Amino acid sequence: MRHLQIATIAYFTLLEALRTRLAWLFVIVLALILVTAYFIQQLAITESARLQVGFAAAAARVATVFVLSLHILTSMVREFNDKGLELTLSFDLRRSHYILGRLCGYTLIAALFALITTLPQLLLAPPQAALQWGLSLALELAIMTALSLFCIVTFTQLMPAASFVFGFYVLARALTAIRLISDTPLVGGDTLSHRVISLLVDALALLLPALDRFAQSAWLVDSAASWQVLGANAVQALLYIVLLGAAAMSDFYRRNL
Amino acid sequence: MIGLGERSLTVVPRAVWLALLVALILQIVWQGVQPRPVASAAALTAPPPLAVLRVASIGEPVVLAQLTTLYLQAFDNQPGISIPFRDLDYQRVTQWLATILALDPVGQYPLLMAAQVYSQVPDPARERLMLQFVHAQFLLDPNRRWRWLAHAAIMAKHRLHDAPLALNYAWDIERLAPAAPGWARQMRIFILEDIGELESAKILLGGLLASGEIKDERELRFLAERLEDMKNAEKSSQSSKK
Repeated sequence: MRHLQIATIAYFTLLEALRTRLAWLFVIVLALILVTAYFIQQLAITESARLQVGFAAAAARVATVFVLSLHILTSMVREFNDKGLELTLSFDLRRSHYILGRLCGYTLIAALFALITTLPQLLLAPPQAALQWGLSLALELAIMTALSLFCIVTFTQLMPAASFVFGFYVLARALTAIRLISDTPLVGGDTLSHRVISLLVDALALLLPALDRFAQSAWLVDSAASWQVLGANAVQALLYIVLLGAAAMSDFYRRNL
Repeated sequence: MIGLGERSLTVVPRAVWLALLVALILQIVWQGVQPRPVASAAALTAPPPLAVLRVASIGEPVVLAQLTTLYLQAFDNQPGISIPFRDLDYQRVTQWLATILALDPVGQYPLLMAAQVYSQVPDPARERLMLQFVHAQFLLDPNRRWRWLAHAAIMAKHRLHDAPLALNYAWDIERLAPAAPGWARQMRIFILEDIGELESAKILLGGLLASGEIKDERELRFLAERLEDMKNAEKSSQSSKK
């Protein structure tokens, strides 16, 4: 019975995405990226295929995260504003199951997004590399799904939630480079301020997922990643989804509706 | 503390708290056992074609040129690693510098980097490559870029000890950059003097003074004094030989 409730919410989440023509919007965005990548390939004098694949992968990755996160945030805001949430919760339904249902539905959409994004790469890049890239993208999108859900449940407003999600994404992708810079500064390495900042950066690295290790375009243009990297991505994604899911649930339980 | 519209913490089921706590601990442990990121020097790739960069600049080539300059500048100091200039591929560096100058021909930054930064490498071949680059770029816009060739001439003379190259650069400034100030256009004379070609220097300086090109009284006096000094130096060297 409980599983059925979760599945129903997930199904309606998928249905909502279909009826708001999200898939079409996403396909158009992807097509624009592929056309631009083709244009760049035509302009290139050398390494044209490399340029095309690299640009298409990197741009599609960011665009996918952007479209998916924005869809989740706006969908939940609509749910809050239309009082659909109150109606749903008036049934015999646990709040945690509502969050789980939403999470499952959005994760399914994320998986579909990853699949659509990977299809062109299967034609342009070696199949194994494209497959690994696609799987890793799906895991990254799953993390972003959980993050978007957590943010909108916590902040309830679009602007702060969207700002947090995109700020988090940029930081999670840049954190390894920031750590490297803070580890070996050119000047002022012994100062107290540097040590404090270095400690803060290291602490942040413990809490944030290193998204720069996910879906790298280098896998498509240089050499495929090892499956161990994919395994590590999967463990990280699982841990973070549970963490964010639980955080979203605890915030949701505390809300007065 | 319970905020407005919030219920007590106790309404959250224990299983949710437990999941949150366990996931948080596991996340910290997982990230803690990951190896620390290790810096590795990435090779400098060839710059993208100019046409691609022009499109990518979306109508702001100057800004893109500036950002590209910073990217190139940061390349010898990649995150967490400082790469000696001698490990950089100088052919690639000159390609990047040329691309940046093509995007922003008025900008002087790439020429400064070539003349003052990359040419400091303790490798004559690479140093020479940078000076060649400065010379080639000077020929495209002499009146705007003469100062970098003047610096290249000094580098050629004092670091490479290649007087003919220095003279060649100085001669190009004199010949092609009428907008350059007198000191730069008179460089050839002083290089000749320095390398002991007093006779040639004297003729050139005398010719310059006679041409009436120099209008500034103080500069005229200074150059006339230099000419006199050269003549005296020549006389004293001749008498010492006798």
